[in-house]
Amino acid sequence: MAKKISTIPHESCDGVDGHHLLVSVSPHLKTDITTARIMWTVVACLMPPLVLSVFVFGFQTLIITAVSVLSCVATEAVSQKLLGRPITVKDGSAVITGVLLAYVIPPGVPLWMPVLGAVMAIFVTKIVMGGLGFNIFNPALIGRAFLVATYPVAMTTAWLEPIRDWAIFRNLGSGVDAVSAATPLYVLKHYGMAAVLEQFGSRLSIYTDFFVGMMPGCIGETSALLLLLGGLYLIYKRYINWHTPVSILVTTGGLTWIFGGERLFTGDPLLAVLSGGLILGAFFMATDYVTSPTQRSGQVVFGIGVGALTVLIRLKGGYPEGVAYAILLMNPLTPAIDQWFKPKKFSQGAVQ
Amino acid sequence: MMAIQAATFPKGGVHPKENKDLTNALAIEPMPYPSKVSLFLKQHVGAPCEVSVTHREGPSIDDGLLFATEHPGALFRLLVDKKDRVREGDRVGEIGTNLGAVLHASVSGTVTGVESALHYQVGKAPALVIRTDPEAEAMRPVYQQTDWRDFSKEDLRKRIAAAGIVGLGGAGFPADIKLNVKPGVKLDTLLLNGAECEPYITCDHRVMVEFPHEIIEGAKILLTVLGITYCVIGVENNKPDAIATLNDAIAQAKPDRVFKIEVKPLAVKYPQGSADQIMQSVTGRVRPSGRRSSSIGIIVQNVYTTKKIYDAVVLGKPLVERVITITGRGIARPANLLVKIGTHISEIVDYLGGTTEDLCKVVVGGPMMGFAVSDLNVPITKTTPGVLFLSHAEVDAQAHGPCIRCGFCLDACPMGLEPNMIGLYVEAGKGAETEDFGFLDDCFECGSCAYACPAKRPLVQFIRLARLEIDQARKLKEAREQKRKTA
Repeated sequence: MAKKISTIPHESCDGVDGHHLLVSVSPHLKTDITTARIMWTVVACLMPPLVLSVFVFGFQTLIITAVSVLSCVATEAVSQKLLGRPITVKDGSAVITGVLLAYVIPPGVPLWMPVLGAVMAIFVTKIVMGGLGFNIFNPALIGRAFLVATYPVAMTTAWLEPIRDWAIFRNLGSGVDAVSAATPLYVLKHYGMAAVLEQFGSRLSIYTDFFVGMMPGCIGETSALLLLLGGLYLIYKRYINWHTPVSILVTTGGLTWIFGGERLFTGDPLLAVLSGGLILGAFFMATDYVTSPTQRSGQVVFGIGVGALTVLIRLKGGYPEGVAYAILLMNPLTPAIDQWFKPKKFSQGAVQ
Repeated sequence: MMAIQAATFPKGGVHPKENKDLTNALAIEPMPYPSKVSLFLKQHVGAPCEVSVTHREGPSIDDGLLFATEHPGALFRLLVDKKDRVREGDRVGEIGTNLGAVLHASVSGTVTGVESALHYQVGKAPALVIRTDPEAEAMRPVYQQTDWRDFSKEDLRKRIAAAGIVGLGGAGFPADIKLNVKPGVKLDTLLLNGAECEPYITCDHRVMVEFPHEIIEGAKILLTVLGITYCVIGVENNKPDAIATLNDAIAQAKPDRVFKIEVKPLAVKYPQGSADQIMQSVTGRVRPSGRRSSSIGIIVQNVYTTKKIYDAVVLGKPLVERVITITGRGIARPANLLVKIGTHISEIVDYLGGTTEDLCKVVVGGPMMGFAVSDLNVPITKTTPGVLFLSHAEVDAQAHGPCIRCGFCLDACPMGLEPNMIGLYVEAGKGAETEDFGFLDDCFECGSCAYACPAKRPLVQFIRLARLEIDQARKLKEAREQKRKTA
């Protein structure tokens, strides 16, 4: 049903001294926080891990990220142009998708791969669904899932050993052939904790290395420290709530502790939290406004769901990591969770 | 200075920039008589009354009859005719039914008829026009002080009704009707609302600073009429001078030990001055949806209305003038002006030296709930707290974008409603299906949701459209059923 909006002819407005006065509906004051400001703040909070990745995995991570961002922005602009919709690339949401997509693919993939992921993420996941605000799934994660399904070898093996000699241009142009490492979760899943310790050093050095980001993994997921800094800033600015990330981290850590070892209560919760992109997913993907619940209570349920599914996939599923699929599986439940956890009405519980 | 312990309501609310420093230190300044006033025949909450404009004797005002047919209901009987000389304070309009307020000539002058005037809320409405002349201002009445303790409760209420007092905070509910509490309703608290939570507006603030004794005496009158002894005045703590002067006035009035009156500082948070929120902030009690505040033992009255009630009872002075805040960076000289009801904004602008170059928007009322006007030929009503002249820098004219489901509006809504969902439904053409969101009784359109929305969505307007569509759907359904019955 199309809406007819009648306009008041300008001649009927006398205004002041011939100048027309602006007329609009109340309220006449608006917060200075805008959609674009939130989005660009998120982009800024995502920048430190990118800088680090250049030094850990090499200069090509910057190129992959740039290609991913440009492809996302171009896909959005072109498809909106072709569909005759207003072009909204300035709001920064396509840039976030581009950065996040690059962050969840391995650092040794060929450069055309993020382009395909970007088209899937922006056009199929977002634009076709109705644009910003109407997508059901997190665009960047659909982009990743698509790439994992179509190029499983590259997406699960193009890992790189962290560079420790500042030779950041070493991996330029080397492509998939330079495969030389396995992620800690892969080693843990297939060879056990002893192999992890053998390959990555003592428990303490594992924790510190993983916390800083010195481990094989996707481009932007390795540094818990820098991701936490960005995530905490978003919480401080009240752009996101702590409920989603905290419930994800606690659930994943707790369930891994219980079920992740050879016997009950012998798993390593810290390793579970620090590896496999959990921090990136918890702070920057599961908190995506569009695809996660709006109420804090719903966000806790969403976070517990993501955490539980992550552990289930990691321990019983075919993939060593599980955050991406866990979030994608919880995304379509968001409308239902929002239905179950509605805001409490003012007079709810008032004495009648 | 020791920090004042401030009470507040727990759910929702927003913190817009206050901008009260433009006018909060400016003393109330009386404006001279305007050249004419336009008194809207309906400036209060009231049921529609009989469709007739009758005259004391002889023929009715012909223009009046015209408007009576154009605007069925909402009129009351006029007591004057064209060319009648009236004196400030003369009663010119009588209530048609039992709910309503009487109308007085706000200036001395000559009645020129009933005309259609621009109303900032309803578009156009009939208004009685009185022109002043150079001798008119000299005909101002002098009011005699009386001791209100000589009057019976019923007489006090009659004096309030006779002065045409309505709630000046914005609702315009007739004050005497509010005081007519049904037998069996148990009251214990009179809550005077001095929150003045709308940004920019400072009229109540100045009245509290300049007339604290009148407010305290007015409170005693109200307590006497209601038959209770406890009164609490809620004031946002961005008005420390008002809190101090009220406390001084209470201390000076101590000798009569019947009443207990106290001031409660409230946190600065919009909409602190909404009835539900201030009742919860001050007493902790929550009004059940769809019930009156008296059902939880409280009567809420605005502080300025209380001062006007004092004037009505003690001086016999009707509601012919009020303080309004003229502010914003688009007016040459901001002021707290004492103006006659019905004064046109254009004359106020002339008196204050005109508007500035970068005037962008004129808002009648507060910035959160006020109405933008396209023309300055708009008269002031009994319920106008101020007029804002906003410059381009003060106006956010960004186009709105899609809902990003951030949930900020859910956090901002003081009533726990879902403005985001209502907006999405209305945009999808399904406004008539939004009744289940339960906002019809509870949403008072405070604008907190639209203020907080980062996508700048006009959520209040979506809610108004939803109301309209629900109403239309209901009427359509009734008409269909009617048809089926007759068929």
